[in-house]
Amino acid sequence: MPRLNRRLLLPVATGLLFLGVWQGVHLYLSDDLRFLLPSPGMVWSAWGEHGDLLRRATANTAQGALLGFSLAVAVSAGLSLLLSLSASIRSSLYPYLMALQMTPLPILAPICVIWVGAGLRSVALLTFVIAFFPLVVNTTQGLIATDRNLVELFQLYRARRWQQLFLLRIPAALPYFFTGLRIAATISPIGAVVAEMNAGSSAGDGGGLGFQAVIFASQAKYAALFATAATTCLLGFALNAAVLALSWTALHAWHDSYERTDR
Amino acid sequence: MSLCPVVELQAVAKRFGDGPPVLEDISLRAHPGEMVSLLGPSGCGKSTLLRLIAGLTPPTAGSLRVEGRPPGDPAASVAFVFQEATLLPWLSVRANVEVPLRLGGAAAADRAATSSRLLELVGLGHRGDAYPRQLSGGQRMRVSLARALSLSPRLLLLDEPFGALDEMTRERLNEELLALQGAGSWTGFFVTHSVAEAVFLSHRILILSAHPGRLHAEVPVPLPHPRTAETRLQPDYLRLVAQVSRQLRAVSPAG
Repeated sequence: MPRLNRRLLLPVATGLLFLGVWQGVHLYLSDDLRFLLPSPGMVWSAWGEHGDLLRRATANTAQGALLGFSLAVAVSAGLSLLLSLSASIRSSLYPYLMALQMTPLPILAPICVIWVGAGLRSVALLTFVIAFFPLVVNTTQGLIATDRNLVELFQLYRARRWQQLFLLRIPAALPYFFTGLRIAATISPIGAVVAEMNAGSSAGDGGGLGFQAVIFASQAKYAALFATAATTCLLGFALNAAVLALSWTALHAWHDSYERTDR
Repeated sequence: MSLCPVVELQAVAKRFGDGPPVLEDISLRAHPGEMVSLLGPSGCGKSTLLRLIAGLTPPTAGSLRVEGRPPGDPAASVAFVFQEATLLPWLSVRANVEVPLRLGGAAAADRAATSSRLLELVGLGHRGDAYPRQLSGGQRMRVSLARALSLSPRLLLLDEPFGALDEMTRERLNEELLALQGAGSWTGFFVTHSVAEAVFLSHRILILSAHPGRLHAEVPVPLPHPRTAETRLQPDYLRLVAQVSRQLRAVSPAG
């Protein structure tokens, strides 16, 4: 079991070490400066104290992040297929896809609010904008990087276009798609939170984690701010874990990125 | 079996774009059931020649007929074995063998029967559910051969299929390939760098010279069939290997 030990014990050990150092720094600070770095215990209590608020905010953020993420997956799949058709289509569209990616969310946010209204709709739309690019780039790359010999094999057997697409190009692109999906799953919650800080909340839903962070900061509730940050991380981890599980299900039997089992 | 050649090339030339000619003035024939090896230094265009016959690329000049039709004709019964096994890694071994049948729209039951028979034939009857990465290089090449045979082709084009394998595996696969040909009676074109392999497998060896690729010599191989591991110890075999090696050296650049 040494391998399992290493995979479980090492991260737990570094985590404990990190908490210890954090607590140490907190104690080292003089009383009047301790507010700058609340101790782990204070963050934990803030979590308890604002539990209801944070749970509701997490649900709102998760909703916006998942909506944007799903929209990005759906649109990128279609667009990647279109882009994979020809180099001319790629050269005509890539610069503008990149331009969209290059525009900072805080600038896009007010525009989105004017177009679709504040809150969930804007948050989902802004999350879509940032999650969409890594998906399109990776999936398109996967669709055009098909092994030349395999393409010729299909030509030789006079495969129809749809056969080549569904039996060859799409399965071959799956590992690339999952790479894009993992990046998108990591940046979606971040995008949603940044969007919330800039596009506010829908009437009555109390806002998401980003909205809540702005409020905590304005109230100088720093322990609560740390708790909000930790909650955002957890949300990101959860989405990542879901994508990893999906990726494992689709690829582990055949793809080299997973360990060989019976050689 | 008809006497008309399975493959017939007349004054075929090939160049890519404005580049130098890769092949020039190639005329050759292959008859039913014959195994012909193409031997030559790197850059002599032997792989290109195979791809011309397969219809994967058109000739620049000359005429090319496969079973009396232009190459790539839907009615031609041609299979290709690549340098690498070229399997679909996400499909099981069995599903890989069935790919040509699936593309042709064969029924599931027919596909299963064919793949079972062929996997048995190449000694992988027990590995049908494995994925390609779970197999050794030699086993993967056997799957590739089984796949090529799945549509019962009358012409098999093999582009250095055993080049990446170790000596022992290569010799064993050479013997198996001859057994498969004996059972299937297809015509074979075999591109290789190995003189020993060419002599062992062929009825006839065509030696090409490079830059541009031209036919340099034609060597008949009158060794009796069936050929086995024993054949490699016969004086006739060794003499032919020495003779072909000399002829190959004559067209190969020094160094």
